[in-house]
Amino acid sequence: MSWEPVIGLEIHAQLATRSKIFSGAATAYGAPPNTQACLVDLGYPGVLPVLNAEAVRLAVRFGLAIGGTVAPRSIFARKNYFYPDLPKGYQISQYELPVVKGGSVEILLDDGSRKTVRLTRAHLEEDAGKSLHESFQGLSGIDLNRAGTPLLEIVSEPDMRSAKEAAAYMRRVHQLVRWIGICDGNMQEGSFRCDANVSVRRAGTDKLGTRTEIKNLNSFRFLERAILHEIDRQIEVIEDGGRIVQETRLYDPDRDETRSMRSKEEANDYRYFPDPDLLPLEIDAATLDAVRATLPELPDRRAARFVTLGIPAADAAQLTLERDTADYFEAVLAAAPAVEPRVAANWVNGDLAAALNDAGLGITASRVGAAALAALLLRVADNTISGKIAKDVFAAMWAGEGGADDIIAARGLRQITDSGALEAAIDKVIAASPNQLAEYRAGKDKLFGYFVGQVMKATGGKANPQQLNELLRRKLG
Amino acid sequence: MALTRENVAYIAHLARLAVSEREAADYVVKLSRILDLVDQLRQVDTAGIAPMAHPLPMAQRLRPDAVTETDRREDIQRNAPQAAEGLYLVPRVIE
Repeated sequence: MSWEPVIGLEIHAQLATRSKIFSGAATAYGAPPNTQACLVDLGYPGVLPVLNAEAVRLAVRFGLAIGGTVAPRSIFARKNYFYPDLPKGYQISQYELPVVKGGSVEILLDDGSRKTVRLTRAHLEEDAGKSLHESFQGLSGIDLNRAGTPLLEIVSEPDMRSAKEAAAYMRRVHQLVRWIGICDGNMQEGSFRCDANVSVRRAGTDKLGTRTEIKNLNSFRFLERAILHEIDRQIEVIEDGGRIVQETRLYDPDRDETRSMRSKEEANDYRYFPDPDLLPLEIDAATLDAVRATLPELPDRRAARFVTLGIPAADAAQLTLERDTADYFEAVLAAAPAVEPRVAANWVNGDLAAALNDAGLGITASRVGAAALAALLLRVADNTISGKIAKDVFAAMWAGEGGADDIIAARGLRQITDSGALEAAIDKVIAASPNQLAEYRAGKDKLFGYFVGQVMKATGGKANPQQLNELLRRKLG
Repeated sequence: MALTRENVAYIAHLARLAVSEREAADYVVKLSRILDLVDQLRQVDTAGIAPMAHPLPMAQRLRPDAVTETDRREDIQRNAPQAAEGLYLVPRVIE
């Protein structure tokens, strides 16, 4: 019997504002507990939430980026439940009329094809605080710094059919929210996290099975593993003649399993109603236009443009994972029009990415800036140095030894393009290798590489490769 | 519409209210009367009328994204029954 998983995700992206969604308390990460929780966040009597304009602007930005409909009028509602990290006894969220409806994103599947994942909605809400259970005997410590932090909850349709697709979708949304600058995407700090709704049905049927919701997924790997595990669990239950119970489950990465959160089950009746403290949020066409005007070229479009420059699709996708990388790449092209885009792409995705990775740096903190890399690539393009020598020069630049031209001059790395000098070096190698010469002439073609190597060695790698090949071929006969 | 005792007990539980058997019997009657009023409202034809989210015919005012609150933890935690290391302490809750 074959089973088809059906998966939808709810992603919580923390919006990159300085202050909270309904109060003027700071949102900075890592402050001492409860130093950024003001009376509004604590739900004191008599306080009034006032909506943060920037949170709205960022939500609109998202709505436009995914091609959704930004509601001209949306409503805040109270979601009622009791938990110590929620001092008001309700979370301010949006229910019937969210700020964004519809839209979609495309994911790239392993076989290279694309799939559209539809979004149901995205709504504004406040985060809750944090409970700490470790340090106090029989007590929980509550830190409310996070209470009132603005979140955009991004809800997908149940369009994913495997754990892999779900992870690809989560990555795509992660890329997008960072690209348009609405969320820093920091998963360690909880700025981007995910709940997964998972069900299974017999392959070929349309009716959805009973779903469970897995909470606490704060990495792409955990998401994938938790879903895989949950699919297996559900299939096993059904094949053993059991039934899936609609419930919330928690993923435990240490044990790699999900387990039921029974206590939340009966509290699932949230009794939403419009929050009388907040008036309807109205967003007019002028606001939409203003936000639209500040939207950057989106990653898909940018990648498509890179492909038209002769860059393979996979490399273009790599270049557009982060906007800073794409910006860097284009800065290299702008500074070095003589360099083939494909070559520049290889450098950015290859040597530069590796160096950044080793140093644990982001591209904006690169020790070799775009202009400096462009200067190096120009020296390859004009045959001053070979691509191989360029790697050494790059390493020296990375180590802070100066610009490409300085290093080439200081180390005497300029290619030998004078054919006289090159011929002399070749003659010397041939004269010193009579056996190899005889074997080569007897048909052992592979030995050509030996001669190339010897001349390169003799010239300290400075022979121009094409020129060397040509001259060698002629001389070896 | 008439509420049952079970309904009342359930609502009380959701609201974390301790309601005695006697009170519950009283609430069954009184809350049902409120629902009767709602039933009356239901008889009005509201086709084509947008649901009202707020009695004031205004839109939400927005505030600029600026940090205006300072740390008042010490003051505020004087109101807490128990606090330590900057945290509010509550009876242990764990999932």
